[in-house]
Amino acid sequence: MFEVKYEKSQGLTDTPLTYCPGCTHGIVHKLVAEALVELGILDRSIAIASVGCSVFSYQFFNCDAQQAPHGRACALATGIKRVLPENIVFTYQGDGDLASIGIAETIHAANRGENITVIFINNAIYGMTGGQMAPTSLIGQKTTTSQDGRDALHHGTPIKISEMFSSIDGVAYLERVAVFDPKGVINAKKAIKKAFKYQVENRGFTMIEVISTCPVNWGMKPIDSMNWAKEKMLPVFPLKIFKDKGDHNA
Amino acid sequence: MAKVLMKGNEAIALAAIKGGVDAFYGYPITPQNEIPEYLSKHMLANGRVFLQAESEVSAINMVYGAAGAGKRVMTSSSSPGIALKQEGISYICAAELPCVIVSVMRGGPGLGGIQPSQGDYYQATRGGGNGDYKLIVFAPESIQEAIDTLKEAFDIADYYRNPVMVLVDGLIGQMMESVDFDHPVKERFIPTKDWATTGTKDHPGRRNVANSLHLDPALLEQHNFHLAKKYKQVKKNETRYELINFENPEYVIVAYGTMARICRSSIEMLKEIGIEVGMIRPISLFPYPEVAFDLIPESTKGILCCELSMGQMLDDVLIANNGRKRVGFFGRAGGMVPDPEEIVDAIKNFDKKVVK
Repeated sequence: MFEVKYEKSQGLTDTPLTYCPGCTHGIVHKLVAEALVELGILDRSIAIASVGCSVFSYQFFNCDAQQAPHGRACALATGIKRVLPENIVFTYQGDGDLASIGIAETIHAANRGENITVIFINNAIYGMTGGQMAPTSLIGQKTTTSQDGRDALHHGTPIKISEMFSSIDGVAYLERVAVFDPKGVINAKKAIKKAFKYQVENRGFTMIEVISTCPVNWGMKPIDSMNWAKEKMLPVFPLKIFKDKGDHNA
Repeated sequence: MAKVLMKGNEAIALAAIKGGVDAFYGYPITPQNEIPEYLSKHMLANGRVFLQAESEVSAINMVYGAAGAGKRVMTSSSSPGIALKQEGISYICAAELPCVIVSVMRGGPGLGGIQPSQGDYYQATRGGGNGDYKLIVFAPESIQEAIDTLKEAFDIADYYRNPVMVLVDGLIGQMMESVDFDHPVKERFIPTKDWATTGTKDHPGRRNVANSLHLDPALLEQHNFHLAKKYKQVKKNETRYELINFENPEYVIVAYGTMARICRSSIEMLKEIGIEVGMIRPISLFPYPEVAFDLIPESTKGILCCELSMGQMLDDVLIANNGRKRVGFFGRAGGMVPDPEEIVDAIKNFDKKVVK
């Protein structure tokens, strides 16, 4: 006698993921998909894929989707949400897309209190293009465009998106989570689900920053990348609920 | 509705509302500000969407999103602002989404000036976006023609699933004329937008995706073939031009928009001194009315291309002429608008104006 104990979320298509072994994109995709299914909003959701490793996410989320130019995901999301306010609109963006080229679009969407959800993957590097320095790369971090390590005097310091966005009035929920251990994954799921729930309740802009790994471009084994994220990234990017307006507005 | 006296930009904005625009996303820039200003009041009052974006880049991408969601969407801007929209325009063409873009040209390059110009002919017809794509471009010469074109533009965009640009200059945007909003425009068949990303609840069993990425070169080439076939259809069906005083012209002027209006006066002045000059007035800039050049009589001595630029449409005139006649050029730029007498002089001194 067999029974199904665990299966792939209905929120994901059958298209094989294109992510590298050990990369945490797959985990985050699963969490987003589960949240959409559990909240019963998958069939009215519209995913916005960005440019970077997650460029193909429009093939992975089992809902309607649009593929945005580099950095413009929040502009597309705004355009859609304003004409389809009953739909659930979310972007899935990496640190190059969101924190570098798309920072204006993201800040202003947040400031307008656009009722959208942003899943922000911070792995401190450009993955798709082959490991170049990101605005979130750590001081001393070696990348293909900072081969002697990121130098604060030359490149500035890692940009702290969640800290920055915490001062924006339009933000309803903002949390930084990490997915390098089971406890973190469970908490990340909770945060992502809460963000979508807030969108259902029209509370405003929600963003979940996910501290992620990029073993291939970091030049590490997956297990070492998990440890590196924990030891090196968390001191710079502490896990925290930066903003939760929901309870006050309930 | 009786004729009303309206400023060009405001008339364009009202025509968009009458054309059924659901959403407008824009960013301020002179000389088109009256379009978003008018819409900011009247769109919201009619339960439609108006949003001032943080940049032209963002505005055109909001257009992408809402167009992908199946709505009638518009943006407007002027020269440097249209430059910033080029990225989005390429993506929208690639993803085959319909929208209307109003471009109110000012002098350039760079920040240039804010007076009328036609220096963005290349920008409109060649574009600054990447890849093999085409905008459908109409260049009205009056406010009446602008509002008629605008109403039709939404239908044409929906029909071909391609952006339509209505290209005017600051003069048409800023001047006032009496216009009739009930002027009939061509009725068209508009296919259902069953491709729109409105959630799978509206189309169970099928995911709708607006996308421009095709990493497999064989598939991308198929997409390029498909787009090229569509542009060929556009060329066949949407080529528009007007022939003026074409019975037996000694010379033929080619001019569009504001310049064509000035040349109308020049043609009358030339008639009085016994020189018959005809005009081809391209209304569609893509598709370019090359066929009109086949109608130029054998006896015509030459073609004078007149523009408010240093010669951009001139390229298309040379292509369409295909070496048959001598081609001259007259242009003013930087926001300087010529008197009709200047074109009269150019015709009288045609030999000195010949470029090829």
